[in-house]
Amino acid sequence: MGMTITEKILAAHADKGVVRPGELINAGVDLVLGNDITAPVAIKAFEKIGAERVFDRDKIALVPDHFTPNKDIKAAEQVKIMRRFAEAYGIKNFFEIGCMGIEHTLLPDKGLVVAGDLVIGADSHTCTYGALGAFSTGMGSTDMAAAMATGECWIKVPESMKFVCTGRPGKWVSGKDLILYIIGMIGVDGALYRAMEFTGDTFDYMTMADRFTICNMAIEAGGKNGIIPPDQQTVDYMTGRAKHDFILYVSDNDAIYHSIHNIDVSALEPMVAFPHLPENARPVSQAGDVSIDQAVIGSCTNGRIEDLRIAAKVLKGRKVNKKVRLIVIPGTQEIYLQAIREGLAETLVEAGAAFSTPTCGPCLGGHMGILAGGERAIATTNRNFVGRMGHPQSEVYLSNPAVAAASAVAGRIVSPDEI
Amino acid sequence: MQIKGNVWKFGDNVDTDVIIPARYLNTSDPIELARHCMEDINASFAAGVQPGDILVGGDNFGCGSSREHAPIAIQAAGVSCVIAKSFARIFYRNAINIGLPILESPEAAEGINENDEVEVILDKGYIRNITTGCEYTAQEFPLFMRDLIAAGGLINYVKTKGY
Repeated sequence: MGMTITEKILAAHADKGVVRPGELINAGVDLVLGNDITAPVAIKAFEKIGAERVFDRDKIALVPDHFTPNKDIKAAEQVKIMRRFAEAYGIKNFFEIGCMGIEHTLLPDKGLVVAGDLVIGADSHTCTYGALGAFSTGMGSTDMAAAMATGECWIKVPESMKFVCTGRPGKWVSGKDLILYIIGMIGVDGALYRAMEFTGDTFDYMTMADRFTICNMAIEAGGKNGIIPPDQQTVDYMTGRAKHDFILYVSDNDAIYHSIHNIDVSALEPMVAFPHLPENARPVSQAGDVSIDQAVIGSCTNGRIEDLRIAAKVLKGRKVNKKVRLIVIPGTQEIYLQAIREGLAETLVEAGAAFSTPTCGPCLGGHMGILAGGERAIATTNRNFVGRMGHPQSEVYLSNPAVAAASAVAGRIVSPDEI
Repeated sequence: MQIKGNVWKFGDNVDTDVIIPARYLNTSDPIELARHCMEDINASFAAGVQPGDILVGGDNFGCGSSREHAPIAIQAAGVSCVIAKSFARIFYRNAINIGLPILESPEAAEGINENDEVEVILDKGYIRNITTGCEYTAQEFPLFMRDLIAAGGLINYVKTKGY
């Protein structure tokens, strides 16, 4: 009986030949990460343990990104706790203003996560790195604290669900649309406690940006991790970036799955998830007449250079509707600079967008674009829960960057083909 | 350990953004977090919750963000225990790690109503609805988690390993 890619990575990190779903293992971690919301709580817990040192100062990453640049005094105090901890324990992977980025965009770009790694992070979207063929999952601050002290973490080996995606995606259809479609199909707890493995020839057409987006939202179906078997594109992405050796794992042909789902991606159209759950996904052609007040393009889901290129392509020579506030947020400093070099920043600003320094900001209703009561936003972010982007009576609709950009022009939710 | 309290009932997919909205996450002070617990779905909760009260939720309780501030806010608000049909996995871990008692019982979550008085014997997973007289048994925790719970959470558990 074979193993899935997830099982193989877990077995390797628990020094076991074989692991099976349901088994509780103690696994060594390759990277532990936290942000300005979760790390301060973890640091307090770490101090309670009373450990003299962290298990490996090069395997911890601290990324203040949610409320940065610090939005108020309290937020600044949280980051101060992180900065002091990084200094005290010699943690060099501390990325603040000037070198920062949204953690899940930044860390793979920096080569700190590679294929075959086991990563835990005190942030639910840590599952993003599955796009590289790594096992990565979100946990809480106390788990982060324990892992910083011990270098280990207990994990229940998950069952795997396999999503076999076939066919070439149509115009304007991206990784975001595929994952919204899947969440719509199985629901927000459809993959609860399970691994979501995405395979099929569709991935010949999916960029690394698309793959990060897909794995990023595995948590929105309740998944423990999302994972895509690494291929040549994965290797090309890691080459020149990787800070340590990578291992390419693939699932065995006789691996056991909880379930297998076949998706004809060539038949998909761009998707929009309606309030207040990501599972409320429907094709953009069935969105009806939904006017918007704000559009946000960015976040750990869709703040990569490919996303900005699509937004700029849609907005080139057009103007954002007078009734709409468009906010574009590159994921990292490097992406920000690249957007300037390629002229994307100019296109976006000329169209009437606010072009921001990297931050999670509005995605979680932190700052930099909060909604008032009764307002609606279309966003390339990952959650549309009640009050997610501000007022409890505001609404968030999730989409890909092309649909968000087109909607910003139209003033209502539309397909890019409609403008 | 025996618990007795009145019930605050919620539906399916109670996410961590409504348990504690991100606009309050610029602090990690439990008392301050408790003041805003649940405010986007039940504005009267934070002011009305009494020490020992019990939260009852539907499926996928605690879905969304990994913020430990969610179970911290619930605990600091005085809630003695959360019963749900099912828990989102990060919330489940976080609750156990910080010592907030949680019990998974679809039958209890279905049968218990708002304002019912409920009694819970934690180590037995026994739930009794005093108001209706109905009894339920929650799903048993795996042995390893029972050790974690007995140690009072992950920090104490790690300490016992000599770090």
